Amino acid sequence: MKPMRKVEVVTDILNANDQIAQENAETLRAHGIVAVNLMAAPGAGKTSLIVQTARALDGRLRLGVIEGDVASRIDADRVASEGLPVVQINTGGACHLDAPMIRQALRALPLDEIDLLIVENVGNLICPVEFRLGEALRVMIASVPEGHDKPYKYPGIFTAVEAVVINKMDLAPYVDFNLGALREAIRGLNRDAAIFEVSCRTGEGIGEWAEWLWGQWQARRAPSAA
Amino acid sequence: MHELPVTEQIIKVVLEHARQADAKRVAQVNLVIGDLTSFVDESIQFYFDFLSRGTEAEGATLHIRRVPARVRCHACQHEFAPDGVDWRCPRCGNLGGEVLSGRESYIESIEVE
Repeated sequence: MKPMRKVEVVTDILNANDQIAQENAETLRAHGIVAVNLMAAPGAGKTSLIVQTARALDGRLRLGVIEGDVASRIDADRVASEGLPVVQINTGGACHLDAPMIRQALRALPLDEIDLLIVENVGNLICPVEFRLGEALRVMIASVPEGHDKPYKYPGIFTAVEAVVINKMDLAPYVDFNLGALREAIRGLNRDAAIFEVSCRTGEGIGEWAEWLWGQWQARRAPSAA
Repeated sequence: MHELPVTEQIIKVVLEHARQADAKRVAQVNLVIGDLTSFVDESIQFYFDFLSRGTEAEGATLHIRRVPARVRCHACQHEFAPDGVDWRCPRCGNLGGEVLSGRESYIESIEVE
Protein backbone atom coordinates (compact mmCIF):
# COMPACT_ATOMS: atom_id res chain seq x y z
CA MET A 1 0.00 0.00 0.00
CA LYS A 2 1.26 3.43 -0.94
CA PRO A 3 1.87 5.82 1.93
CA MET A 4 -0.54 8.69 2.53
CA ARG A 5 0.45 11.92 0.82
CA LYS A 6 -0.90 15.41 1.01
CA VAL A 7 -1.51 17.17 -2.30
CA GLU A 8 -1.96 20.93 -2.23
CA VAL A 9 -4.93 22.10 -4.31
CA VAL A 10 -5.99 25.66 -3.34
CA THR A 11 -8.76 26.00 -5.91
CA ASP A 12 -11.84 28.07 -5.23
CA ILE A 13 -14.90 25.84 -5.29
CA LEU A 14 -16.64 28.45 -7.42
CA ASN A 15 -13.74 28.51 -9.87
CA ALA A 16 -15.68 26.94 -12.76
CA ASN A 17 -18.47 29.49 -12.43
CA ASP A 18 -16.06 32.39 -12.01
CA GLN A 19 -14.18 31.47 -15.19
CA ILE A 20 -17.35 31.57 -17.25
CA ALA A 21 -18.37 34.80 -15.48
CA GLN A 22 -15.06 36.25 -16.66
CA GLU A 23 -15.83 35.19 -20.24
CA ASN A 24 -19.27 36.78 -19.95
CA ALA A 25 -17.66 39.98 -18.69
CA GLU A 26 -15.38 40.01 -21.73
CA THR A 27 -18.31 39.43 -24.12
CA LEU A 28 -20.20 42.29 -22.49
CA ARG A 29 -17.19 44.60 -22.56
CA ALA A 30 -16.62 43.88 -26.25
CA HIS A 31 -20.15 45.09 -26.95
CA GLY A 32 -19.86 48.15 -24.71
CA ILE A 33 -22.45 46.78 -22.31
CA VAL A 34 -22.49 47.41 -18.56
CA ALA A 35 -24.36 44.66 -16.73
CA VAL A 36 -26.18 44.95 -13.41
CA ASN A 37 -26.96 41.91 -11.27
CA LEU A 38 -30.22 42.86 -9.53
CA MET A 39 -30.90 40.80 -6.43
CA ALA A 40 -33.70 40.88 -3.85
CA ALA A 41 -36.19 38.78 -1.95
CA PRO A 42 -39.29 37.59 -3.84
CA GLY A 43 -41.79 40.42 -4.17
CA ALA A 44 -39.37 43.24 -3.34
CA GLY A 45 -40.05 44.88 -6.72
CA LYS A 46 -37.25 43.78 -9.02
CA THR A 47 -39.34 43.73 -12.18
CA SER A 48 -41.12 46.95 -11.21
CA LEU A 49 -37.76 48.66 -10.72
CA ILE A 50 -36.59 47.49 -14.16
CA VAL A 51 -39.74 48.87 -15.78
CA GLN A 52 -39.46 52.18 -13.91
CA THR A 53 -35.75 52.45 -14.69
CA ALA A 54 -36.41 51.99 -18.41
CA ARG A 55 -39.03 54.75 -18.33
CA ALA A 56 -36.80 57.10 -16.32
CA LEU A 57 -33.80 56.62 -18.62
CA ASP A 58 -36.17 57.34 -21.48
CA GLY A 59 -33.93 56.10 -24.27
CA ARG A 60 -30.70 57.67 -22.91
CA LEU A 61 -29.45 54.10 -22.54
CA ARG A 62 -30.73 51.14 -24.49
CA LEU A 63 -31.74 48.53 -21.92
CA GLY A 64 -31.70 44.78 -22.23
CA VAL A 65 -33.04 42.42 -19.60
CA ILE A 66 -32.42 38.86 -18.49
CA GLU A 67 -35.17 37.54 -16.24
CA GLY A 68 -34.35 34.71 -13.86
CA ASP A 69 -37.16 32.75 -12.26
CA VAL A 70 -37.69 29.22 -11.09
CA ALA A 71 -40.65 28.98 -13.47
CA SER A 72 -42.96 31.04 -15.74
CA ARG A 73 -42.52 33.94 -18.20
CA ILE A 74 -44.62 36.43 -16.24
CA ASP A 75 -41.74 38.84 -15.64
CA ALA A 76 -40.36 38.58 -19.16
CA ASP A 77 -43.77 39.32 -20.66
CA ARG A 78 -44.10 42.38 -18.44
CA VAL A 79 -40.69 43.68 -19.48
CA ALA A 80 -41.28 42.85 -23.15
CA SER A 81 -44.50 44.87 -23.08
CA GLU A 82 -42.27 47.90 -22.37
CA GLY A 83 -40.54 47.24 -25.69
CA LEU A 84 -37.30 46.00 -24.13
CA PRO A 85 -35.32 43.02 -25.45
CA VAL A 86 -35.64 40.30 -22.84
CA VAL A 87 -34.66 36.68 -22.31
CA GLN A 88 -36.36 34.57 -19.69
CA ILE A 89 -34.30 31.94 -17.86
CA ASN A 90 -36.23 29.31 -15.97
CA THR A 91 -33.89 27.66 -13.50
CA GLY A 92 -36.25 24.74 -12.89
CA GLY A 93 -35.76 24.78 -9.16
CA ALA A 94 -32.31 26.28 -8.77
CA CYS A 95 -32.33 29.16 -6.30
CA HIS A 96 -29.99 31.50 -8.19
CA LEU A 97 -28.61 32.32 -11.64
CA ASP A 98 -25.10 31.19 -12.52
CA ALA A 99 -22.61 32.22 -15.17
CA PRO A 100 -23.34 29.38 -17.65
CA MET A 101 -27.03 30.39 -17.70
CA ILE A 102 -26.05 33.97 -18.50
CA ARG A 103 -23.68 32.82 -21.26
CA GLN A 104 -26.61 31.00 -22.84
CA ALA A 105 -28.94 33.99 -22.47
CA LEU A 106 -26.41 36.42 -24.00
CA ARG A 107 -26.53 34.39 -27.24
CA ALA A 108 -30.24 35.18 -27.51
CA LEU A 109 -29.95 38.95 -26.99
CA PRO A 110 -29.17 41.62 -29.64
CA LEU A 111 -25.96 42.69 -27.89
CA ASP A 112 -25.12 45.46 -30.35
CA GLU A 113 -28.41 47.16 -29.50
CA ILE A 114 -27.90 47.17 -25.72
CA ASP A 115 -26.00 49.62 -23.49
CA LEU A 116 -27.19 48.56 -20.06
CA LEU A 117 -28.11 44.95 -19.28
CA ILE A 118 -30.13 44.33 -16.14
CA VAL A 119 -30.09 40.74 -14.93
CA GLU A 120 -32.98 40.05 -12.58
CA ASN A 121 -31.80 37.25 -10.32
CA VAL A 122 -34.06 34.67 -8.70
CA GLY A 123 -35.82 36.10 -5.64
CA ASN A 124 -33.47 35.11 -2.83
CA LEU A 125 -31.14 36.99 -0.45
CA ILE A 126 -28.72 34.12 0.12
CA CYS A 127 -27.50 32.11 -2.85
CA PRO A 128 -27.31 34.62 -5.74
CA VAL A 129 -24.49 36.51 -4.07
CA GLU A 130 -22.11 33.52 -4.31
CA PHE A 131 -22.33 33.25 -8.10
CA ARG A 132 -20.74 35.97 -10.20
CA LEU A 133 -22.36 36.35 -13.62
CA GLY A 134 -19.96 38.69 -15.42
CA GLU A 135 -21.70 41.80 -14.11
CA ALA A 136 -20.04 45.16 -13.46
CA LEU A 137 -22.44 46.16 -10.69
CA ARG A 138 -24.35 44.33 -8.01
CA VAL A 139 -27.48 46.00 -6.73
CA MET A 140 -30.03 44.80 -4.22
CA ILE A 141 -33.51 45.92 -3.30
CA ALA A 142 -34.59 45.99 0.34
CA SER A 143 -38.31 46.75 0.41
CA VAL A 144 -40.03 48.49 3.32
CA PRO A 145 -42.39 45.62 4.31
CA GLU A 146 -39.40 43.29 4.74
CA GLY A 147 -38.45 45.34 7.80
CA HIS A 148 -35.38 47.28 8.87
CA ASP A 149 -33.55 44.37 10.54
CA LYS A 150 -32.62 42.44 7.37
CA PRO A 151 -29.01 43.61 6.93
CA TYR A 152 -27.79 41.72 9.97
CA LYS A 153 -29.71 38.60 9.00
CA TYR A 154 -28.23 38.56 5.49
CA PRO A 155 -24.80 40.17 5.86
CA GLY A 156 -23.45 38.29 2.82
CA ILE A 157 -25.53 40.21 0.32
CA PHE A 158 -25.51 43.57 2.10
CA THR A 159 -21.71 43.58 2.23
CA ALA A 160 -21.36 42.61 -1.45
CA VAL A 161 -23.40 45.21 -3.35
CA GLU A 162 -22.57 48.58 -4.90
CA ALA A 163 -26.06 49.93 -4.22
CA VAL A 164 -29.13 49.25 -2.07
CA VAL A 165 -32.50 50.44 -3.36
CA ILE A 166 -35.06 50.80 -0.58
CA ASN A 167 -38.35 50.23 -2.42
CA LYS A 168 -42.01 50.71 -1.43
CA MET A 169 -41.27 53.91 0.50
CA ASP A 170 -44.94 54.81 -0.01
CA LEU A 171 -45.82 52.00 2.43
CA ALA A 172 -43.55 53.28 5.22
CA PRO A 173 -46.34 55.06 7.18
CA TYR A 174 -48.43 51.89 7.29
CA VAL A 175 -45.93 49.32 8.53
CA ASP A 176 -43.58 48.94 11.46
CA PHE A 177 -40.50 50.24 9.70
CA ASN A 178 -37.64 52.44 10.86
CA LEU A 179 -35.83 54.01 7.92
CA GLY A 180 -33.04 55.42 10.10
CA ALA A 181 -32.32 51.99 11.57
CA LEU A 182 -32.20 50.39 8.11
CA ARG A 183 -29.85 53.06 6.76
CA GLU A 184 -27.60 52.73 9.79
CA ALA A 185 -27.51 48.94 9.44
CA ILE A 186 -26.69 49.12 5.72
CA ARG A 187 -23.98 51.70 6.41
CA GLY A 188 -22.56 49.53 9.17
CA LEU A 189 -22.08 46.59 6.82
CA ASN A 190 -21.20 48.49 3.67
CA ARG A 191 -19.76 51.96 3.97
CA ASP A 192 -19.49 52.52 0.23
CA ALA A 193 -22.87 51.35 -1.07
CA ALA A 194 -25.10 53.99 -2.62
CA ILE A 195 -28.52 54.01 -0.93
CA PHE A 196 -31.72 55.09 -2.70
CA GLU A 197 -35.21 55.53 -1.29
CA VAL A 198 -37.76 54.88 -3.99
CA SER A 199 -41.31 53.85 -4.67
CA CYS A 200 -41.88 52.05 -7.94
CA ARG A 201 -45.60 52.74 -7.46
CA THR A 202 -45.44 56.52 -7.07
CA GLY A 203 -42.15 57.07 -8.93
CA GLU A 204 -40.57 58.75 -5.88
CA GLY A 205 -36.77 58.58 -5.98
CA ILE A 206 -36.59 56.77 -9.33
CA GLY A 207 -35.02 59.78 -11.04
CA GLU A 208 -32.11 59.88 -8.59
CA TRP A 209 -31.53 56.14 -8.97
CA ALA A 210 -31.61 56.37 -12.78
CA GLU A 211 -29.10 59.25 -12.68
CA TRP A 212 -26.75 57.12 -10.59
CA LEU A 213 -27.05 54.25 -13.09
CA TRP A 214 -26.33 56.68 -15.93
CA GLY A 215 -23.22 57.90 -14.09
CA GLN A 216 -22.09 54.34 -13.39
CA TRP A 217 -22.60 53.41 -17.04
CA GLN A 218 -20.48 56.33 -18.20
CA ALA A 219 -17.74 55.47 -15.70
CA ARG A 220 -17.68 51.73 -16.34
CA ARG A 221 -18.35 51.16 -20.03
CA ALA A 222 -15.35 50.06 -22.04
CA PRO A 223 -13.84 53.17 -23.68
CA SER A 224 -12.97 51.34 -26.92
CA ALA A 225 -16.63 50.42 -27.49
CA ALA A 226 -17.92 54.00 -27.18
CA MET B 1 -29.79 23.66 -2.99
CA HIS B 2 -26.77 25.20 -4.68
CA GLU B 3 -24.43 22.79 -2.91
CA LEU B 4 -25.15 20.25 -5.69
CA PRO B 5 -23.33 22.03 -8.56
CA VAL B 6 -20.68 23.23 -6.13
CA THR B 7 -20.01 19.70 -4.91
CA GLU B 8 -19.84 18.43 -8.50
CA GLN B 9 -17.12 21.00 -9.03
CA ILE B 10 -15.30 19.97 -5.83
CA ILE B 11 -15.20 16.34 -6.96
CA LYS B 12 -14.03 17.29 -10.45
CA VAL B 13 -11.11 19.29 -9.04
CA VAL B 14 -10.30 16.61 -6.45
CA LEU B 15 -10.18 13.86 -9.08
CA GLU B 16 -8.02 15.96 -11.40
CA HIS B 17 -5.48 16.53 -8.65
CA ALA B 18 -5.62 12.90 -7.51
CA ARG B 19 -4.91 11.65 -11.04
CA GLN B 20 -2.09 14.15 -11.51
CA ALA B 21 -0.56 12.85 -8.29
CA ASP B 22 -0.99 9.28 -9.57
CA ALA B 23 -3.08 8.40 -6.52
CA LYS B 24 -5.11 5.23 -6.14
CA ARG B 25 -7.51 6.62 -3.61
CA VAL B 26 -8.47 9.91 -2.00
CA ALA B 27 -8.66 9.52 1.77
CA GLN B 28 -9.49 13.08 2.77
CA VAL B 29 -10.55 16.36 1.20
CA ASN B 30 -9.73 19.53 3.12
CA LEU B 31 -12.08 22.43 2.44
CA VAL B 32 -11.98 25.94 3.83
CA ILE B 33 -15.32 27.72 4.06
CA GLY B 34 -16.06 31.11 5.59
CA ASP B 35 -18.99 31.73 7.88
CA LEU B 36 -20.21 34.62 5.67
CA THR B 37 -20.82 32.26 2.76
CA SER B 38 -24.05 30.35 2.55
CA PHE B 39 -22.58 26.87 2.16
CA VAL B 40 -23.97 24.22 4.48
CA ASP B 41 -21.48 21.57 5.60
CA GLU B 42 -24.01 18.75 5.92
CA SER B 43 -25.37 19.47 2.47
CA ILE B 44 -21.92 19.35 0.84
CA GLN B 45 -21.21 16.11 2.69
CA PHE B 46 -24.50 14.61 1.51
CA TYR B 47 -23.84 15.40 -2.16
CA PHE B 48 -20.19 14.44 -1.86
CA ASP B 49 -21.02 10.94 -0.62
CA PHE B 50 -23.53 10.51 -3.41
CA LEU B 51 -21.50 11.95 -6.29
CA SER B 52 -18.17 10.34 -5.38
CA ARG B 53 -19.48 6.76 -5.66
CA GLY B 54 -17.46 4.71 -8.09
CA THR B 55 -14.62 7.27 -8.21
CA GLU B 56 -11.23 7.40 -6.49
CA ALA B 57 -12.82 9.79 -3.99
CA GLU B 58 -15.50 7.35 -2.83
CA GLY B 59 -15.50 7.08 0.95
CA ALA B 60 -13.17 10.04 1.42
CA THR B 61 -13.53 12.04 4.59
CA LEU B 62 -14.62 15.59 4.02
CA HIS B 63 -12.87 17.91 6.43
CA ILE B 64 -14.33 21.40 6.45
CA ARG B 65 -12.41 24.12 8.25
CA ARG B 66 -14.76 26.98 9.06
CA VAL B 67 -13.35 30.51 9.00
CA PRO B 68 -15.18 32.89 11.32
CA ALA B 69 -16.10 36.36 10.12
CA ARG B 70 -13.58 39.05 11.07
CA VAL B 71 -14.14 42.74 10.58
CA ARG B 72 -11.91 45.82 10.90
CA CYS B 73 -13.73 48.77 12.47
CA HIS B 74 -14.09 51.73 10.11
CA ALA B 75 -13.58 54.18 12.98
CA CYS B 76 -10.79 52.84 15.21
CA GLN B 77 -9.31 50.05 13.04
CA HIS B 78 -9.87 47.51 15.83
CA GLU B 79 -10.28 43.97 14.44
CA PHE B 80 -13.15 41.97 15.86
CA ALA B 81 -15.44 39.01 15.24
CA PRO B 82 -19.03 40.17 14.79
CA ASP B 83 -21.20 38.46 17.35
CA GLY B 84 -24.12 37.10 15.34
CA VAL B 85 -26.23 40.06 14.31
CA ASP B 86 -24.14 42.56 16.26
CA TRP B 87 -21.60 44.25 14.00
CA ARG B 88 -20.78 46.96 16.51
CA CYS B 89 -17.10 47.43 17.39
CA PRO B 90 -16.54 46.19 20.96
CA ARG B 91 -13.85 48.84 21.49
CA CYS B 92 -15.40 52.08 20.21
CA GLY B 93 -19.04 51.16 19.55
CA ASN B 94 -18.98 52.19 15.89
CA LEU B 95 -21.15 50.09 13.60
CA GLY B 96 -19.61 47.77 11.01
CA GLY B 97 -16.32 47.62 9.19
CA GLU B 98 -14.31 46.11 6.42
CA VAL B 99 -14.70 42.33 6.04
CA LEU B 100 -11.29 40.70 6.52
CA SER B 101 -12.31 37.06 6.50
CA GLY B 102 -15.34 34.84 6.34
CA ARG B 103 -15.89 34.83 2.57
CA GLU B 104 -13.50 31.95 1.77
CA SER B 105 -14.63 28.87 -0.13
CA TYR B 106 -11.81 26.76 -1.50
CA ILE B 107 -10.29 23.29 -1.63
CA GLU B 108 -7.08 23.57 0.38
CA SER B 109 -5.60 20.11 -0.16
CA ILE B 110 -6.35 16.44 -0.53
CA GLU B 111 -4.81 13.46 1.20
CA VAL B 112 -4.22 10.55 -1.13
CA GLU B 113 -2.61 7.15 -1.16
